[in-house]
Amino acid sequence: MAVVEGAGRTVDEAAVRARARDFLAAHDEAAGPPLDFLRARFDAGLAWVHFPEGLGGLGAPRELQAAVDEEFAGTPQTDTGRLAIGLGMAAPTILAFGTPAQRQRFLRPLWTGEEVWCQLFSEPGAGSDLATLATRAVRDGDEWGVDGQKVWTSGAHFARWGILVARTDPDVPKHRGLTYFVCDMRAPGVEVRPLRQITGEAEFNEVFLTGVRLPDDLRIGEVGDGWRVAQATLMSERVAIGGTPIRRGGGMLGAVLAAWRERPELRTHDLHQRLLRLWVEAEVTRLAGVRLRQQLAAGAPGPEGSGMKIAFARLNQELSGLDVELRRDEGLAYDDWTFRRSESVDFFGRGPGYRYLRAKGNSIEGGTSEVLRNIIAERVLGLPAEPRADKDVPWKDLPR
Amino acid sequence: MTLLYSEVEEELRSAVRDLLADRCPPAAVLAAVVTGPGMGAAVPAGSVTGAAAAPGPGPALADGAGTGAVIADGAAGSGTVGGLWPALARDIGAAGLLVPEQLGGAGATAREAAVVLEELGRAVAPVPFLTSSVLATRALLGAGTDAARELLAALAAGETVAALAVPFGTSPYAPEAAWAGRVTVAGGRLHGRVPAVAGAATAEVLLVPAGGALYAVQAADAEVEPAVSLDLTRPVAAVVLSGAPGRSVGPNLRPVRAALELGAGLLASEQLGLAEWCLATTVAYVKERRQFARPVGSFQALKHRLADLWLAVAQARAAARNAADALARAAMPETDPPPAAPAEPVSAGVTPAEPPDAVPPGAVPVTVVPVGTASAGGASVQAARAGAGAGAEVAIAVAVAQAWCGEVAVTVAEECLQLHGGIGMTWEHPLHLYLKRAKADQIALGTPGDHRAALARLADVPGPPAG
Repeated sequence: MAVVEGAGRTVDEAAVRARARDFLAAHDEAAGPPLDFLRARFDAGLAWVHFPEGLGGLGAPRELQAAVDEEFAGTPQTDTGRLAIGLGMAAPTILAFGTPAQRQRFLRPLWTGEEVWCQLFSEPGAGSDLATLATRAVRDGDEWGVDGQKVWTSGAHFARWGILVARTDPDVPKHRGLTYFVCDMRAPGVEVRPLRQITGEAEFNEVFLTGVRLPDDLRIGEVGDGWRVAQATLMSERVAIGGTPIRRGGGMLGAVLAAWRERPELRTHDLHQRLLRLWVEAEVTRLAGVRLRQQLAAGAPGPEGSGMKIAFARLNQELSGLDVELRRDEGLAYDDWTFRRSESVDFFGRGPGYRYLRAKGNSIEGGTSEVLRNIIAERVLGLPAEPRADKDVPWKDLPR
Repeated sequence: MTLLYSEVEEELRSAVRDLLADRCPPAAVLAAVVTGPGMGAAVPAGSVTGAAAAPGPGPALADGAGTGAVIADGAAGSGTVGGLWPALARDIGAAGLLVPEQLGGAGATAREAAVVLEELGRAVAPVPFLTSSVLATRALLGAGTDAARELLAALAAGETVAALAVPFGTSPYAPEAAWAGRVTVAGGRLHGRVPAVAGAATAEVLLVPAGGALYAVQAADAEVEPAVSLDLTRPVAAVVLSGAPGRSVGPNLRPVRAALELGAGLLASEQLGLAEWCLATTVAYVKERRQFARPVGSFQALKHRLADLWLAVAQARAAARNAADALARAAMPETDPPPAAPAEPVSAGVTPAEPPDAVPPGAVPVTVVPVGTASAGGASVQAARAGAGAGAEVAIAVAVAQAWCGEVAVTVAEECLQLHGGIGMTWEHPLHLYLKRAKADQIALGTPGDHRAALARLADVPGPPAG
């Protein structure tokens, strides 16, 4: 969504458009491999304009990216689905907390797609309570030895790097003993196993880390500061999940409406009443998203963002469930249970049964709806926290 | 389109909020309702012309002496809690907000009226803004008569208060039910009975649909029978006409349809204000109230419910703003440009009459764009089509806002009561005023189900085939 208001910014938009056109005039994308073109685009500061100069950007307002993307329409593009973790989570974190050398080393191949990233945060024993995680990193000279198990890692089987949070000090309370690393996914001791999910496929992996050696220059931020660094990463993730604009009647609602309109014989009065309620809920959620983006554009971000992910998860689940029910006998069928790897969520290339099952994850991934309700209750409404049993207790003494 | 509040709107909000904080705290509203109809105490003499105090179920439970009936104090005839209405109507100029400047109003839009309604809902203020300054005012806008213009000027000046004599539950999608067969007119005299009219008890002028036209009747010439009402702060009354003289103020009922749509769209903002008060009050309460040696607001079971309410209110805010914005962008007839190719010269005066009432029941309510020049050639046909599209956009925005906000206000008020525990069940706590208003508002100007049924048509979500 191009959000450019005010005379001052219009000049900037003209400038970035001119820069993009100059670049395109000087670079024939058909002349060489797409990678060369993407590297040159990065070096010209036209990758992500809000990044600093020299790191793929121009230090320009983020809103101007839309104008640049317009200019580059039809040229070689990266697969933003495959690169989602890198672009949405690793890059902002490296920019905010990385050393100059780390920024130089990682950001360019991250953006061009030469190096894919994955996320090594959740563990079997640390989901909503991420800070209780048990993967240990022990310092040994200029290296760290890492042992533990991570889970829900999408793309680990083709990722070059992983963003990793590990426990470096078990003797202090859980939030204080964590450190943030870049994990070399090709290092000895990194084992990736596909994790089959209820849809039949494996979008995610389990990652076992056994005696993995990581040089200290792969550490992001200070030792013991990993929780603060991880918070920045997670904040970026929720913005990415809840902030996508859709049109009225679009998204998951659109899939149900298409079937509803094409198949009058499937309609019932009960489904009609429920569908109309969901239509209204989808529309007010869409409008709340529009309002949120208007607040952001006006420089006054509202707290509505915390609620958008809850609302979309609920809608996706309710609508896809209604879609399966609507189809009656066809709803008893499923398109494909094959255990295969998939690299991204394909809501609309698959059947309603897949959408129904995959949408169950929407209220779990990226912060459960329950954790988000706690965040709203405590940070927006200012309600008191539950009494905590774990706040001032060394991690190693917590009951497990 | 912007769903945010402008600086001007925020200034207006501040002015209204300051006045309400000063003149209309919840305790004052509560005190004011205890001698209303059905309270077991007589309505003060002279408060409502021709009114008889309705029989009440029991004795007065509180000392309400001297506080006056809820919506009527005899001195002003349109007074409320401590002279609130005159201050709101005249000093702040709320009465003339939607009236064009050439008639002495502010020439503002639905967006500003919506902000006023948010604050009035937040204070559950017993004032006739919605009934007189929105519904009755919009029914006169576009009527195209000198009589309507005179009345609008008087309304804008805060000199008089009017009410649209249709049942408050009238659906904007089936308004015929509101007037069909209720009131007959013969020789300028009206006969009939209209039940459940909001704002009738404080109105000096009643706008009565009869025989396909709109008539102004002096309340003194009618019988207004206050009903024992669910909503204590906006009670309803029956209007009984037994040969009351009526002055024709509008040749057709098209502006009345527009009024119902505008009222439904703006009611969402009142519901938003009600819900915001209930949520804020509950959040404050659960932070204070301690059980099991901790604030009850620290229990996750309650926090999650409040987080869900907060989300529903955030969605309600977007929906109510969207409806107000859509209504504001659809020009009022006073400010409409003349039709592209008028078939006949517009008669003298600043107000072109809206075209004849020719919309079939259940059709898309094209309420605010003149479409009556079908014989004038291609340009106006295109304009009419464009108008129909814009009208549908407005209708969708209104239906969405009312379908959502009508439910949310009730839900938040009900949760507010439950999360207050026992104190929430008492008469002394003001939250019951909000619950009663929210429940009545759910019915007012179409139930949420009426608005969803309209969306089935407007958004192409048809029901099962007949048969």
